[in-house]
Amino acid sequence: MTSLAAVFEKARSEDRAALVGYLPAGFPTKDGAVAAASAMVDAGCDVIEIGLPYSDPLMDGPTIQDAVHRSLSNGTRIADVMRTVEGVARTGAATLVMTYWNPIDQYGAERFARDLANAGGVGTITPDLTPEEAGPWREASREAGIETVFLVAPSSTEERIGIVADCCTGFVYAASLMGVTGARESVGLAAEGLVKRTRAHTTLPVCVGLGVGTGAQAAEVAAYADGVIVGSAFIRRLLDAPDESAGLFAVRELAAELAAGCRRR
Amino acid sequence: MTSSEDTVLQPGDLVGGDAGTGGKFGVFGGRYVPEALIPALDEVAAVYEKARTDVAFIREFDHLLRTYAGRPTTLTDVPKFGAQAGGARIVLKREDLTHTGAHKINNVLGQALLTKRLGKTRVIAETGAGQHGVATATAAALMGLECVIYMGAVDCERQSLNVARMKLLGATVVPVTNGSQTLKDAINEAFRDWVTNVDSTHYLFGTVAGPYPFPGIVRDFARIIGVEARRQILALTGKLPDAICAAVGGGSNAIGIFHAFLGDEGVALHGYEAGGRGLETGEHALTLTAGTIGVLHGSRTYVLQDEEGQTIESHSISAGLDYPGVGPEHAWLKDSGRATYHGITDAEAMDAFALLARTEGIIPAIESAHALAGALKLGRELGPDATILVNLSGRGDKDMGTAMTYFNL
Repeated sequence: MTSLAAVFEKARSEDRAALVGYLPAGFPTKDGAVAAASAMVDAGCDVIEIGLPYSDPLMDGPTIQDAVHRSLSNGTRIADVMRTVEGVARTGAATLVMTYWNPIDQYGAERFARDLANAGGVGTITPDLTPEEAGPWREASREAGIETVFLVAPSSTEERIGIVADCCTGFVYAASLMGVTGARESVGLAAEGLVKRTRAHTTLPVCVGLGVGTGAQAAEVAAYADGVIVGSAFIRRLLDAPDESAGLFAVRELAAELAAGCRRR
Repeated sequence: MTSSEDTVLQPGDLVGGDAGTGGKFGVFGGRYVPEALIPALDEVAAVYEKARTDVAFIREFDHLLRTYAGRPTTLTDVPKFGAQAGGARIVLKREDLTHTGAHKINNVLGQALLTKRLGKTRVIAETGAGQHGVATATAAALMGLECVIYMGAVDCERQSLNVARMKLLGATVVPVTNGSQTLKDAINEAFRDWVTNVDSTHYLFGTVAGPYPFPGIVRDFARIIGVEARRQILALTGKLPDAICAAVGGGSNAIGIFHAFLGDEGVALHGYEAGGRGLETGEHALTLTAGTIGVLHGSRTYVLQDEEGQTIESHSISAGLDYPGVGPEHAWLKDSGRATYHGITDAEAMDAFALLARTEGIIPAIESAHALAGALKLGRELGPDATILVNLSGRGDKDMGTAMTYFNL
């Protein structure tokens, strides 16, 4: 298990951006998720976000919706998410859980934070938990010694960026564009400005996600951000693969391409 | 300029008051949404706070309510129906007589005016039964706004007449094919559209659920139902009713008729949720009666969910009540004991639906039939001295397909 601080320190010393990859637990299968994430780490991902599949993913585009639906149909439970984190953390990558708030709320904030820490997880990203409602989760996370990552968006005012950044530990997640998750032709033009605006409020690393899916896009983002976050593009590779080994090959290939992009800043 | 007798909406009827609490009703409500939407929600809240006390806004809204929606709606005594309710005096608030055939028009006209104040040119909305979609498409046509309606594919099928109406009114109807393909998934899809197009678009939310400031705004625009009914029932009977009955899906028609009576302690407030095939079958929409506290669609409220927070799909013969969440103010009214919530099964609702048609010549929406079924039970409990006000939230034309199948017509 590596801390987020160590990940970004290492990336900085190598004059590159960190590569953050996302996969939902239980997709393509419970074991398949660990295998795919391990392949991603092996080919250059520094951080893995394990998605907690939720029935109403209103921030996600069709690709992640599809994967999450398959995962839930496979019967994925929170215990499986924790087991997935455990398996991925064993690779040495810093492993986070990305989740909508309600599953943590129902599981119990303290219990979730403790179980995640015990599984080797280093923190969470909670895209629908606003700072106003985040008090109990920040407290539980502090107790358990895990990081809390929240999102800023191109629409965020200076005041909101300040409020969100104050709630973050580990890094700040900057959404590159206004919209849902999913690979796009180009990374939002607003991303660079948002990263710049965010840096005025925090010394934490700032990572950019939403819409990044190629090595060229990774290089473009790596020029101004501390980390590049990729989710849907990995899932797309797994969805399109005819079988598991082809899927593993494809995500490994993509991770390598993105990792090279992160080094071309 | 109209005289005060002609006016249905008075300054002060748009009560607001949620801004100071951050949109909390006790522990319920709040905002659980992507940060990207916070500026838009703040903007809607700020524009509404200004509008609700602005005489020009109130006058414009009032004008539309009177000359376009057809307000005030009348009260109707239904003694033959009441004879089946233990002889209680049943009085209907006739929201079915509004333009477009359901109470939804009230909220929609208010929010369409807000959309103009927000400087936005496009509205999106979710719809279950199609009534909110039809109302939104209507207001969009009236005010020259682009309109996209998200509707679960299952609901598109069972409410195909309303789909045609929306199309005729110039709206684009997008069938939502993910999840349970009903209202909750339509809401997810509308949020996805909103976060992508928030610069041009207002999400014209259709019920008293969702993140702050929607529960308070929709409540205020629906509140006219109870404001009028309170004056009217005093004029008709000389006293306040013993009880009010309303159907609860998301809860907008119910909060609309309840709210003006909240301070009247002698008036019992009863909400009726869709019991579907019965609690024991698991196929129902008994959110307040059988749900647990959680977060759905941006708000802390009662939710039909499993112990890990996954939403459980609801069921009701009525598309408009087929929703696994409920407005946070209802959650608070339940927990504070001010209102009581009950389940009405599909069969009970359909019996009341047919009974009102046969005894009084009024075909109600199946949603409203849940409130009627509740009034039948309540009347038998309270006896012939009781007066019960029922919110007849909509008319049943849209439900003829369902009725034909159910009654083998």
